[in-house]
Amino acid sequence: MSQNSQGISPRQIATFRVGSMLFGIDVSIVQEVIRAQRMTRVPLAPPVVKGLINLRGQILTAIELREVLGMDPRPEDQPPMNVVIQTDSDNISILVDRIEDVLDLDTTRIEETPETVEKCYRDLLDSVYKLDKGLLLVLNPERVAKFSDEL
Amino acid sequence: MSDDQEEMIRDFLVESFENLDRMDQELMILEKEPNNMAVLNSVFRTIHTIKGTCGFFAFENLESLGHIGENLLDSLRAGKKKLTPEITNVLLKMSDAIRELLQLIESTGSSGDNQYEDLKFLLHHHNSTGSAEAAPAELTLEEQFAAIVAEREAMEQSQENLEEATEQRSEEVAVASTQPQEAVEPEVHESSEEHGADKGAAEAKTDRKSDANLEAQKAQESGGLQDSSIRVDVQLLDSLMNLVGELVLARNQLRQITSTSQDQTFQSTFQRLNIITTELQEGVMKTRMQPIASVWGKFPRVVRDVAQQCSKKVRLVMEGKETELDKTIIEAIKDPLVHIVRNAIDHGIELPANRKKAGKNEEGTLTLRAYHEGGYVMIEIQDDGGGLRIEKIKKKAVERGLISQEKANTMVDQEVFKLIFQPGFSTADQVTNLSGRGVGMDVVRINIEKIGGALEVDSEEGKGTKLKIRIPLTLAIVPALIVSCEEDAFAIPQVSLIELVRLDEERFDTDLENIKGATFYRLRGNLLPLVYLSEELRINMTRPQHRERKKGKARVINIVVVRADTQVFGLVVDDVHDTEEIVVKSLSKSIKGLGVYAGATIMGDGRVALILDVMNLAQRAQVINERVGAQEEENASVTSVSMTEEIPLLIVELGNNEPAAIPLDSVKRLEEFSASKVEFLNGRSVVQYRGGILDLIDLRTVHGYAGQGSSQDDDACQVIVLNDNNRQVGFMVRGIMDVVKHSIDTSRTASRHGSKGAAIIQDRIMDVLDLSMMAL
Repeated sequence: MSQNSQGISPRQIATFRVGSMLFGIDVSIVQEVIRAQRMTRVPLAPPVVKGLINLRGQILTAIELREVLGMDPRPEDQPPMNVVIQTDSDNISILVDRIEDVLDLDTTRIEETPETVEKCYRDLLDSVYKLDKGLLLVLNPERVAKFSDEL
Repeated sequence: MSDDQEEMIRDFLVESFENLDRMDQELMILEKEPNNMAVLNSVFRTIHTIKGTCGFFAFENLESLGHIGENLLDSLRAGKKKLTPEITNVLLKMSDAIRELLQLIESTGSSGDNQYEDLKFLLHHHNSTGSAEAAPAELTLEEQFAAIVAEREAMEQSQENLEEATEQRSEEVAVASTQPQEAVEPEVHESSEEHGADKGAAEAKTDRKSDANLEAQKAQESGGLQDSSIRVDVQLLDSLMNLVGELVLARNQLRQITSTSQDQTFQSTFQRLNIITTELQEGVMKTRMQPIASVWGKFPRVVRDVAQQCSKKVRLVMEGKETELDKTIIEAIKDPLVHIVRNAIDHGIELPANRKKAGKNEEGTLTLRAYHEGGYVMIEIQDDGGGLRIEKIKKKAVERGLISQEKANTMVDQEVFKLIFQPGFSTADQVTNLSGRGVGMDVVRINIEKIGGALEVDSEEGKGTKLKIRIPLTLAIVPALIVSCEEDAFAIPQVSLIELVRLDEERFDTDLENIKGATFYRLRGNLLPLVYLSEELRINMTRPQHRERKKGKARVINIVVVRADTQVFGLVVDDVHDTEEIVVKSLSKSIKGLGVYAGATIMGDGRVALILDVMNLAQRAQVINERVGAQEEENASVTSVSMTEEIPLLIVELGNNEPAAIPLDSVKRLEEFSASKVEFLNGRSVVQYRGGILDLIDLRTVHGYAGQGSSQDDDACQVIVLNDNNRQVGFMVRGIMDVVKHSIDTSRTASRHGSKGAAIIQDRIMDVLDLSMMAL
């Protein structure tokens, strides 16, 4: 990772869209991004646990980000995308609407999480960046993974 | 400390622990056969090796202790001393002390400061009384230390030196030896004599060199034995097991594809792959299997020590030493087994005097038995002691508040036995040093259940007690039955599986019973509670259609008869598929916490399936404990408790709120008729039933209560059809209340005709009716 003139290493954030909002996760913990996979439902599990995925022999728990954020469910005809991340607790896959670019972010452009962002989001966020076209909400992967555990 | 040295120390520790264990066993043998030279030599060599090797690592106290012990052993070997029980005890003490030091090294890296002066004195004492050696060269401790320190400074402690020493026969430093080491090293050159500290130094050196030579010799002698086995890191074996697991899954997936392919080459290549995979799987599983002898090895010593401490005489019999278990299981049962053995000797077997009084042999017998049965390993610990004292246990339990007095009065023997596994329970008047190390029987039970095992107790007062442990052999690759509910597939481990039943609609009426909202299936005369998987998992919130008996739809229900511990029940699923060998993969915390899933697996077609936890399902559906009745096991292969005194009872309401209990096995069916259907024939009430006539007896009036029997025509009557092959008789009751499992007190004189006895159920006294008698 190159350093800018001020000697601060920019972070590389993999971004994705859920609803109208743009979210991101540090690219170093993203194992891969794949299209919708066949999922096995887990009856009795909380709604955020959408199911289990077989990824080349590895069983991943799929967490629906929309549920985590309390948003409406995705329309039926819109299959989700999988963002497979490696956390300390588990290997999980986060279900999102669309994958966007990997951005190089200057840490000088970090903003305070605005008050307008609801509490439940704020706990999951690591930081917020102001982009030309809006806000990027960077997720804290551990808190997302633990979200379902704590239900 | 360098890595190399760390590794060497690790190796030294592993080997030394093993050697010490073996030495303990050998000392046991020597006690019985004091003149067994081969064993005595082996013991000597063990100490010699430990002593010699630890000189490299600055474990001074260990070396000096070993040295004195070695002297004693040498005298024994040379016939200068005779092995007496006191000497054996001292040697065992030395073994313990060495073990302690090794453990200290393991945890802290150094052997500490304990010089074990008392022990050394004892060893010295037993060696020196009456010994008639020529030129005794016993060094004082200071001299030995000085020697060792000097030695260490002189030589670099490294492995090359050891090899060098092994190869080279001559030394730069002159060596003198007046110690009787004749059997050890005939090739030591004695070039010149020196005295004092040098002698010590030389001696220490000689020891080390002779050690090396000894090792080389030993290696040559037992070359064959050493070559045939290899030490392998357990972690490596674990990762091999994982890989094999993945291979099994991949093979399963491949199998699905080949079943549809016509390609001959493909088929035959797959066949080969299949065979290889199966054998590889078996082989890798075997690598982790160890004979139970590795755990039992130390029991002779434990039994001896405990018996001595309790002043009892105990003979140990071990059967089935070669029975193999997975290493993880062996680790888990080590401590529980030791505790059980200690308990048996401490509390089970009586003092010799008491045994004699009771007409028994003064020496008690403790039998350890291990064998394979089904998919399990069975371990039995049996003693011929005094047995479990039922009254004493009951009393203690009531005292401790574990059970109420009433419960104590109605408990069956088996239930009383199980009380000893409750936490905080001990009928020992004092918790002795042996059996009170915070490892109670409850911890034993928990540890065994942790590895999926089960404990059973059987005892006869005056005769003895038998503890039976059942542990599954299954590891991470298990055979399982795949079932489905709607489109979801689930796996049920075969070890829980008893049988499969497919019920056609036409048999719904005859074979299914509905009691108070719970459905039962009549399996060869017994009522099996049914659990609907779709309901438990809330997959389909609407009740399965067959229960509403929708006409026009041919329905079939699939019942998977499973066992959870000792409880048998039927799991109703939509479809039953194949049996597959599945690799159990663990679930994330949130899903694991649900309890109902034991893990997940990837099936042959690549789909993920959840593995059901049968025990948890049973508990959820409340099939276990209390609620439902008629759980009788067909097979006694799991020698489960046969609750002969507690039976399932159907609670009914007769008339005027009076309840009565009817043994469930006398009930054939429960029917409901509208009062208008009741007809009169020759003075009897009857109803048309299944193409025949059912005699009716009105229990609502029979017991002398104001006849409310002539109810309105539309009223539905609850009728209990008697289970009697000769005739059809139905008993009318006001209502059906519940089904419970309870014991009957047959001592109470029947208050009325047709009563078998009485029972207090849910705080109400009621008669238990004998329908057959009443039907006469």
